Amino acid sequence: MLLDFDFGVIIRSLPYLGQGMMLSLSLTLLAAAGSIVLGTILALMRLSGIGPLMWIGATWVNFFRSLPLLLVIFWFYFLVPLVVQRQVDAFQSALIGFILFEAAYYCEIMRSGILSISRGQASAGYALGLRYSQCMRFIVLPQAFRNMMPVLLTQTIILFQDTSLVFVVGLADFMTSAVTVAQRDSRLVELYVFAAFVYFVICYSGSLYVKYLQKKIHR
Amino acid sequence: MFAAPAEQKEGRGVNGYAYDSQERNEMFKKLAILSAALAIVGTTEAGAQDFYGALQKIKESGQIVIGHRESSVPFAYIGPDQKPVGYTMDLCMKIVDEIEKEIGVDSLDIKLVPVTPQTRIPLIANGNIQLECGSTTNTMTRQKQVDYAYTTFITGTKLLVKNASGIQEVEDLAGKAIALAQGTTNERAIKAAIEKFNVQDVKILNVKDHAEGFLALETDRVDAYSTDDILLYGLISKSKSPDEYAVVGRFLSFDPYAIMLPRDDSAMRLIANRTLADLFRSGEIEQIYDKWFTSPIPGSEPLNVPLSDTLRTNFQVHAFPG
Amino acid sequence: MKYNWNWGILFEDPYFGWLISGIQWTLMVSAIAWIIAFSLGSIVGVARTVDSRWARGLGTAYVEGFRNVPLLVQMFLWFYVVPELVPEDLGRWMKRDMPFPEATSAILCLGTYTASRVAEQVRAGIESIPRGQKAAGYAMGLTTFQVYRHLLVPVGYRIIVPPLTSEFLTIFKNSSLALTIGVAEVLFQARQIENYTFQGFEAFTAATLIYLVVTMIVVLIMGYVEQRARIPGYGVQREP
Repeated sequence: MLLDFDFGVIIRSLPYLGQGMMLSLSLTLLAAAGSIVLGTILALMRLSGIGPLMWIGATWVNFFRSLPLLLVIFWFYFLVPLVVQRQVDAFQSALIGFILFEAAYYCEIMRSGILSISRGQASAGYALGLRYSQCMRFIVLPQAFRNMMPVLLTQTIILFQDTSLVFVVGLADFMTSAVTVAQRDSRLVELYVFAAFVYFVICYSGSLYVKYLQKKIHR
Repeated sequence: MFAAPAEQKEGRGVNGYAYDSQERNEMFKKLAILSAALAIVGTTEAGAQDFYGALQKIKESGQIVIGHRESSVPFAYIGPDQKPVGYTMDLCMKIVDEIEKEIGVDSLDIKLVPVTPQTRIPLIANGNIQLECGSTTNTMTRQKQVDYAYTTFITGTKLLVKNASGIQEVEDLAGKAIALAQGTTNERAIKAAIEKFNVQDVKILNVKDHAEGFLALETDRVDAYSTDDILLYGLISKSKSPDEYAVVGRFLSFDPYAIMLPRDDSAMRLIANRTLADLFRSGEIEQIYDKWFTSPIPGSEPLNVPLSDTLRTNFQVHAFPG
Repeated sequence: MKYNWNWGILFEDPYFGWLISGIQWTLMVSAIAWIIAFSLGSIVGVARTVDSRWARGLGTAYVEGFRNVPLLVQMFLWFYVVPELVPEDLGRWMKRDMPFPEATSAILCLGTYTASRVAEQVRAGIESIPRGQKAAGYAMGLTTFQVYRHLLVPVGYRIIVPPLTSEFLTIFKNSSLALTIGVAEVLFQARQIENYTFQGFEAFTAATLIYLVVTMIVVLIMGYVEQRARIPGYGVQREP
């Protein structure tokens, strides 16, 4: 079976598959940026010591971590337009869904990042007359980000893999393009093996970089 | 015109506060005239510039969003240059031209969104797409959520099998496997037939769309795939070895295809139906039909399905005067 | 657009039955996949801690391979590609005569994928046990197998109960991906109800509640197990 592996079909469709990859990558980057910001806010809420804020943060995290991403994608794709009463672009609705969902995971990473900074540092900041926002912005968060960089990157690699799920709503990411070509030319074996290979190369390179970062930080 | 004086009189009455019954009757008469007058003014104004629903959305955004199928040959499918083409796509483009004329725009930005049998209805219902161009059967249940233009094609459920399998009718499926696309009328028709004729031990594989269903048949995962017969011919014509396949059995359902539109939007539907009626009346529809059903089409051999008498009659029935 | 609410639809025949059957499939796929993930993951995890370089290399390759390819792609590989690569007769059997081809592929896929994650937890658990314990085991004359069998593995398991709980919940959530190859699990049924009735809000809300409730039950049960399994003085550095 492997003998009649047809590389031609992959080469012919490279431009189309490339377009899909661009969509996957831009979705990943935008979603990561958005959910790191939202996740950090949620983490600060969870650590704020203010009852209602802590409750909102914790509920958000527990709620989204209990649901499959696929379900969240369906919700946003079909039902949000009904609620907002206007049309929502498929890419936008997927992006919003990813940000809200992944923020729950980034929140927990940032929370342990913030907790990893000794309380003494914040106290020192307050003693110097810094306000809470200044203290967080200049002392705690930069260090938390630095310490958590490898874990944040790992989560972003997972996010990149998760973007393949937009296939279920037909958004033309790398996975959807691969499936479209596979079905059109009935070359399943070639296209799916190729897709797996491409994802593997990207994600594995990413994880090697994470290992390098970890070594650098722990040195 | 005469709305202004009516309004003035009305204003005095309202400011007077106290009425006897005669006065009240008088006032109601005036109110009736007033509202009639306002209604006339209102409609002429709306006819000139005010649009509502989908047309308003299209005019404001300068963009029309069209949902299309990706593997419904020859209605709407991805052609060799990766763009959707097909019979229904052509009809939709005619409707887009008419919409441009109606709202007075030179050219609309056309956004194409791929849809599947499961996504097409929610997407129309929630307003994400304004036209669905593919091969959608008009059903009463679906009309609770969406609206349809005039029927543009008529077909029904049959079975696609490999010649070698020997399957002739739905009864022969006993102990065999069949793929069905989720959310299609055919899925229900086949399941109903299996129950009605008490066919034992039929394995059903759920697939997402026609391409996946045909693939399941091609790779011997199932013995049959079922959808509307015309689509089955389309699948065969696009396959690598058309001689291996056959469309068999009697019609298990009646499926009139129509372009889907948003519900409660008669202005939008009017434009779609006017476009179709014009095509039906002028006979242009037959050229478009021949282009897709009897001539070679992008990416495959001709389907060789001549215009049926039923469909011709359907065109004549809906060729309403302009 | 006006939306006609009809929560009663969820309890009507046959839709209620569909949801119940969806729950059954979800739970069955998750449970069997978990058995595979747990046993295979334990083996791979142990392999990554032993002295043999060869075993460690294989274990690492397994983990990296499965972890760096999206689960959806793996689902398609199991369902569409594997039957084409094996000898033709076996391939035909996998496509046709194997019991529930879709569910079986999904179970194998989820099981082997989650095994790579379980392996990492098992390795972390074993590595968190102080070296002295292993040395003590050898000093008492135990063989390597006995050291693992009686010492490292049981202690390791007790340390990693919390992360294993979240791995089980992951498999439970990931089982929804089985719908892409046609397994009629909860989310599949929710979509099917939507297809038939167009009551999408109700159907998806039902699916959401089902996932939340099952997660809550698992968390409650495992909270109790966690308490019972805790070894005083031990804690594992949990990866967030």
